[in-house]
Amino acid sequence: MGGHSVQLDQKALWGGKESPFQVSYGKMMMWFFLVSDALTFGGLLVAYGFTRHDCLEAWPIGEETFNSLPFLGHGFPLLYVALMTFILIISSVTMVLAVEAGHRMDKKGVVKWMIATIIGGFFFVGSQAWEWYHFIHGSEFGKVELADGSMAIVKGHFGEIENFTVTVGGQHHKKGDVVKEDLMHTFQHAAAAGHIENEIITLHDGSKAKINKAKDHDLTLIIKKSGRVYKSDKEHRVITGKKAHDLYYGALYAGETNRVIYGANLKQNEYGPQQYAQFFFFITGFHGFHVFSGVVINIIICLGVVAGTYHKRGHYEMVEKTGLYWHFVDLVWVFVFTFFYLI
Amino acid sequence: MERDDLIEYSLHAHHDEEKGKSIRKKIYFVTVLLTAVTILEVFLGAVIKQDASIWPFVKWSFVALTLLKAGYIVIVFMHLGDERPWLRYIVLVPYFIFILYLIFIALWEAVAIKGVLSYFS
Repeated sequence: MGGHSVQLDQKALWGGKESPFQVSYGKMMMWFFLVSDALTFGGLLVAYGFTRHDCLEAWPIGEETFNSLPFLGHGFPLLYVALMTFILIISSVTMVLAVEAGHRMDKKGVVKWMIATIIGGFFFVGSQAWEWYHFIHGSEFGKVELADGSMAIVKGHFGEIENFTVTVGGQHHKKGDVVKEDLMHTFQHAAAAGHIENEIITLHDGSKAKINKAKDHDLTLIIKKSGRVYKSDKEHRVITGKKAHDLYYGALYAGETNRVIYGANLKQNEYGPQQYAQFFFFITGFHGFHVFSGVVINIIICLGVVAGTYHKRGHYEMVEKTGLYWHFVDLVWVFVFTFFYLI
Repeated sequence: MERDDLIEYSLHAHHDEEKGKSIRKKIYFVTVLLTAVTILEVFLGAVIKQDASIWPFVKWSFVALTLLKAGYIVIVFMHLGDERPWLRYIVLVPYFIFILYLIFIALWEAVAIKGVLSYFS
């Protein structure tokens, strides 16, 4: 068998000269990295879908959870996320324009569009910080557990707290003192700890105070998890008017811990099942980390462009490679936007 | 023999002003398309509630529109459409094999586990 040599036609062989991919090593490795990173994000989103499907408790709906705008308050479903998406798409466009300018060896154009991309990236990271702050902080009403064991999210306009008038003195406050600072925070803290009973709040120092608070408007309970009495089906889940008010304050004034939950952390959240907040923090956090590192890489490459490093090299492929990464970040957000916020 | 590792593939990507104009035109077209699709998605999401009878249709159109957006980003913005076929295959084929398998196995298991959880709760 051995020693049998076959004469091969050199023309039919690749010969190891030109690569069948016709790209540089760096660009191909960037593509391989993006494939593996895309699988990571794909895994996270698939895990999200798996958990959502298997969660027997009602999963939060994007337009009910994310309906706020900075300075304008509530009632704008999904608009803020849409704005974030738009910012990221535009920064992707400026990036591809920088790459195009690079192919024409137009150094000024590359610098101009890269700076625009970096600004867009900072805007996106900033928006995400606001989104996280808002998510962690939660709404004014929080989520409530009713007496029958059902869980409801609460919508409406929270009547502003004017002050706390101390009726029983403690270590710090004397009887007759009027507390005017940090009211909302103190109120929520006491409500979650079960320190409010019949409009009387027990403050940190043990003093008791009467809550002077304006009336709430349009208080609405939406049952998310059925209990013995209140059900989460389509016909019965929305409770309004005096009944909603009585149920909500009945739970809040019950003097029990965690009947009302505000905001979100890794242990509990007001929006829905515990895993929901964990997926929110992990998926948007991991994506935000990618955006942040993308901005840093863009800044480094932009400095290289300004210094003329790539112009001397004869091509702007470094801009193209960082562009690939930046577009990938946009690509991931397109999927996160759909599967986390829209569906 | 000529050194093969010295071929500067990066230089192949250069183009002149005229070609640049047509490329930019394509970029602006994709920008408008991506923005329009996003506005449509947000509009549908805000108007149609998840308990509406039409919701399953809306949900699947979200998935279709997302794949459309992703396609334009990868093919035009990331220039995968302009690369050699073999580069396209080594990027896309492994990805789709793994992700389709992952989606399949997650769906399959999720349905089974949901059955068990509902039985015991």
